[in-house]
Amino acid sequence: MSEETLIAPIGVLAFRHASVLAGRCARISSRNLDAVIMSVMLPVMLLLMFVYLFGGALNTGGRYLTYVIPGVLLLCAGFGAATTAVTVSQDMTSGIMDRLRSMNVSAPAFLSGHVAASVARNAMATVCVSAVAVAIGFRTSSGAAQLLLAIGVLAAYVVAISWLAAAAGLLAKTPESANGFTFLFMFLPYASSAFVPISTMPTWMQGFARNQPVTPLVETMRGLLVGTPVGNAPVRGALWCVGLLIVSVAGSGVLFRRRTR
Amino acid sequence: MNRPLAIEMCGVVKSYKGIRVLDGIELAVKSGSVFALLGPNGAGKTTLVRILATLSTADAGSVRVAGLDVVRNRRQVRQLVSLTGQFAAVDEPLTGDENLRMVGRLAGLSSTEASTRASQLLGEFDLVDAGARRVSTYSGGMRRKLDLAASLVVQPSVLFLDEPTTGLDPRSRQQMYAVVRALVAEGVTVFLTTQYLEEADQLADQIALIDAGRIVAQGAPAELKSRVADQVLSLTMRSAGALADAVAVLGSRASPMPGLCVEVATDGSARDVRALLDTVDPGGLGLEAFTIRSATLDDVFLALTGRASAPALEEALHV
Ligand SMILES: Nc1ncnc2c1ncn2[C@@H]1O[C@H](COP(=O)(O)OP(=O)(O)OP(=O)(O)O)[C@@H](O)[C@H]1O
Ligand SMILES: [Mg+2]
Repeated sequence: MSEETLIAPIGVLAFRHASVLAGRCARISSRNLDAVIMSVMLPVMLLLMFVYLFGGALNTGGRYLTYVIPGVLLLCAGFGAATTAVTVSQDMTSGIMDRLRSMNVSAPAFLSGHVAASVARNAMATVCVSAVAVAIGFRTSSGAAQLLLAIGVLAAYVVAISWLAAAAGLLAKTPESANGFTFLFMFLPYASSAFVPISTMPTWMQGFARNQPVTPLVETMRGLLVGTPVGNAPVRGALWCVGLLIVSVAGSGVLFRRRTR
Repeated sequence: MNRPLAIEMCGVVKSYKGIRVLDGIELAVKSGSVFALLGPNGAGKTTLVRILATLSTADAGSVRVAGLDVVRNRRQVRQLVSLTGQFAAVDEPLTGDENLRMVGRLAGLSSTEASTRASQLLGEFDLVDAGARRVSTYSGGMRRKLDLAASLVVQPSVLFLDEPTTGLDPRSRQQMYAVVRALVAEGVTVFLTTQYLEEADQLADQIALIDAGRIVAQGAPAELKSRVADQVLSLTMRSAGALADAVAVLGSRASPMPGLCVEVATDGSARDVRALLDTVDPGGLGLEAFTIRSATLDDVFLALTGRASAPALEEALHV
């Protein structure tokens, strides 16, 4: 073994492991061509579906394309991040876990590798969706700073929800059941202000829709991209992301130890 | 001279759902030696190796590897040992080369060092042509070789091999033996499990026999073989009378078999076989045919413990 491994502090080691494993996950994702095509096609199709199929019927005041863009971006992010549950679960049930553990790869390093790869996958999908959105007429008057902030909000959501998915992947016994978690992430944006105003929902739904993570994030994104008022949405959105992150990171640590005992 | 112990297990117990899979294991392996754990399916070999390699923990007892406690000093132990498990621990969607480079990077090599080491290992393991192909296209034997190569990216001081030759053809098996011998020459301690007496005999300085979670015999191959022959002479007699005579003359060495057969241990040399044939059939009339076969694990069990191994017994009872 190299001298370096002996003396490198655990944090440095974990960071190096995480970056090597992020490369590994990204490479493995890119080898699954069907999944790559799906992860780009699905968001684009969702965008087109909302704009051209539902857009005509929905009255949200103003152009529906403008209204729906933040929601579609978050929806895709959630969907892309949820793939993490499946990839983590696949690793947990395969022999590679023994190799990683016997090389002192820690749970946080292993999972952050997966999360980093998820962020990369989502970045690709986001770029494609944004390009198509611009092609079909989406325009924004926001400046560079606001666009960067919007990207930051999206990234925060992707990271938080990828960690949640990673924890879900540790919880699931098989990759197939881990796949079930993707539905949860798909569903959340529908029950938010992403696609229809909350005031048009049944009253029992409104409480949930107002107090779930996607709504404040959509409102924040909309504010940044379209200029609508945001109120306290950025603060609530940030709290949601931080909260989800803390719960998922702590939870996944516990789950990882339980699974590998 | 007393060499330090590479592995020490004292009173190790492990249960799964109330079933004792390891039941009071005591083992000691000298540094720089090859130790073979010989046992039938389900004996507890994999369970034992995983505890040694820190991937699982014992319910009771103490385990030290390279002088360190595997629970308290897990991180350090992991830096000193390497495991090639019974099932390959490699990434199927990646190429062989990518797998080895990844392991090198995780072990702390720079990317150039990792690439150099990967090509070197692909060469040593006859995988140069396959290196650029995805592991999912590999044959079982190639996968095992890659897995072993991955365990050697950084040379360990103790190497665990769980059934390293299962599924290998004779040539690859010989290559595996050569790798083990070369490692031992460099001072690596090798702990391997196997179901083949012959393999344990070829490689190991010490052999332990495990059955149903207990060590039932332990010793140097020569020691064990003095109690068990590695070849069996199987004799088919012409008549019941000839059989009775043969059994009588062989005495306690004879193991009666169904039909007109009797088996007797031999070292397989022409001289021993000729002498046995002469003893059994001095007139040259009683013997119909004979065959010589290698002793199986069950012959070993029978000779050393006076009974069949647990799975063999189960089979015998069910069939
Ligand atoms: N995770 C587990 N949960 C429950 N039982 C287990 C587990 N791992 C092993 N066992 C049981 O422990 C016993 C010993 O298993 P082990 O894998 O150690 O045997 P082995 O000697 O390696 O066998 P083989 O030659 O087939 O590889 C078996 O009866 C097996 O069913
Ligand atoms: Mg086994």
